[in-house]
Amino acid sequence: MSARSQAHSAGRGGDSGAREEVQTHSGHRGLQMEEPLIFEMGSPGRTGVDLPPVTTTTDKLGGLPRRGEIGLPALSEPQVVRHYVRLSQKNYAIDSGLYPLGSCTMKHNPRLNEKIARLPGFSDVHPLQPQSTVQGALELIDTVAHWLKTLTGLPAIAMSPAAGAHGELCGMMTIRSAHEARGNARKRILVPDSAHGTNPATAVLCGYAVDPVPSLPNGRIDLAALKAKLDDDVAGIMLTNPNTCGLFENEIIEVAEAVHAVGAYFYCDGANFNAIVGKVRPGDLGIDIMHLNLHKTFSTPHGGGGPGSGPVVMTAELAPYAPLPYVVAGPDGFRLIETPADQVAAGDGGHAYGRMKSFHGQMGMFVRALAYMMSHGADGLRQVAEDAVLNANYVLARLKDVMTPAYPGPCMHEVLFDDTFLKDTGVTTLDFAKAMIDEGFHPMTVYFPLIVHGAMLTEPTESESKESMDVFIDTLRALAADAKAGNAARFAGAPYLAPRRRLDETKAARNPRLRWTLETPAEAAE
Amino acid sequence: MSDVRFTKDHEWVRLEGDTATIGISEYAQEQLGDVVFIELPTVGADVEAGGDAAVVESVKAASEVYSPVSGRIIEVNDDLEATPGLVNESAEDEGWFWRMELSDPDELEELMTAKDYKAFLEGLD
Repeated sequence: MSARSQAHSAGRGGDSGAREEVQTHSGHRGLQMEEPLIFEMGSPGRTGVDLPPVTTTTDKLGGLPRRGEIGLPALSEPQVVRHYVRLSQKNYAIDSGLYPLGSCTMKHNPRLNEKIARLPGFSDVHPLQPQSTVQGALELIDTVAHWLKTLTGLPAIAMSPAAGAHGELCGMMTIRSAHEARGNARKRILVPDSAHGTNPATAVLCGYAVDPVPSLPNGRIDLAALKAKLDDDVAGIMLTNPNTCGLFENEIIEVAEAVHAVGAYFYCDGANFNAIVGKVRPGDLGIDIMHLNLHKTFSTPHGGGGPGSGPVVMTAELAPYAPLPYVVAGPDGFRLIETPADQVAAGDGGHAYGRMKSFHGQMGMFVRALAYMMSHGADGLRQVAEDAVLNANYVLARLKDVMTPAYPGPCMHEVLFDDTFLKDTGVTTLDFAKAMIDEGFHPMTVYFPLIVHGAMLTEPTESESKESMDVFIDTLRALAADAKAGNAARFAGAPYLAPRRRLDETKAARNPRLRWTLETPAEAAE
Repeated sequence: MSDVRFTKDHEWVRLEGDTATIGISEYAQEQLGDVVFIELPTVGADVEAGGDAAVVESVKAASEVYSPVSGRIIEVNDDLEATPGLVNESAEDEGWFWRMELSDPDELEELMTAKDYKAFLEGLD
């Protein structure tokens, strides 16, 4: 049996050690409202606006009119406003506090990006407009592409993938197409055992068998084991650098040479590009193709505020197999290559496997990412990487005496702890994470990567100040001291102070209720 | 008591007559936490020793279960579909995964005895 993927949190019920709590009459807690679903509120016939009575209409439904009630909630405008404001207040966001979710790069989303994205020339265009009327938008896509190609040292790009995993899919389909064009798609994709779960999932979706490569005790890929697996059945490798242990793969050039020697391609998962942007160009490391998360490295919103955006950069060798569409610049301005016929007419071969997405990608995110890149400049982006790494090492330096780093430092942009410091305390990684919620922090990524026991992957990002990190660090130090002092009850039932207590994840997984239905009064009384 | 053998990937196999029963070890269920879903092999399928045969999903992780031995699947534990928690309650007995006919009984000799496995687990910490 071997671990294949792991959820970011794990469940273990438990209510022991609950503190004495004030029970309110209303069910609200202070100014935190206990909010029902919108379908459970309201009163029949209530509306926010007065609509004129419906005049006689002709039935055009071919004798198939709706028979039952449509079931829309009936509320006044202030009820609706309060409902959504209350829900938003329950949401923890990067705008409300530190969000140290490792490998997710929850950095600040600059307000300048938002202002630029709302300019009507960007926000009010439609993808079906004649290309002559959207030259500015096409130029923007081309300019973002230019920045990303320059930063990665890879000469071609597919802009349309909608997020990281979609970018991986784009990359692996491109690799498969390139192999197929040579008459043999090959069979296996090598994936290190520290990889994001989306890597093996993508390889399988593209029809490949996943061949895991072990990590060394130092948290980096085992080059000798990798070489032993390489043969002409291997289509490629998917490697993250820096990897999910927050470590730079310092034998990456040897990895690339070995992979290329058997005619395979090197896919890099670009989720952690934030740590190296402006410092090193992946193309110089021998990487053939990689996705970039605009919603991580380039500060566009994600985690409920998205959508994400995952452009894929690649070598000239792979470029003919990239998906449509793409933008080309010509003497008459910018134009989109949208069909194989366009591609042939442009002298580009016509090998594209099709589209990843309708239209041209996440336009609003391209605008935000470009605002970010241009406002920082090349030197500013380099400082992003430096500060992200500095901040993670500050967290490591101030916590390494009370928590247990999985690997000695220095680390890159994220620091990985294991649960050795909780040994014999009765407190698990999950308990520790839940207690952080009571303290006003979103937990770090837990139980990932799989190769570290009880992992806690912490990424402060460059946008945190020393002051905010100090509060976070002091809190973790105090929690670690609580655990070691035998105060397991403080953790076992946590969170105590959140709108909801510890969820029963086992029950949720075994007996999921996938669809909400209105309870009748009789059911509610049970 | 029939002979039970273990793999380093924490599967167990028990031979009774010509039939081998396979499951995951007590240690494995403890590491996984509450098991919530199990994907069992198809009856009639041939599996190789070391090949993927089942998937076990817990609140913490999804893991492959490898067949400790080669042969043909002749029965699967249908109870696990409705009550995957059986694996937590009785990993090495009622929580068995599948039964198979062995194509090469000698393969069993390469696996760990209960005593060896216990020593192997002690070495893991």
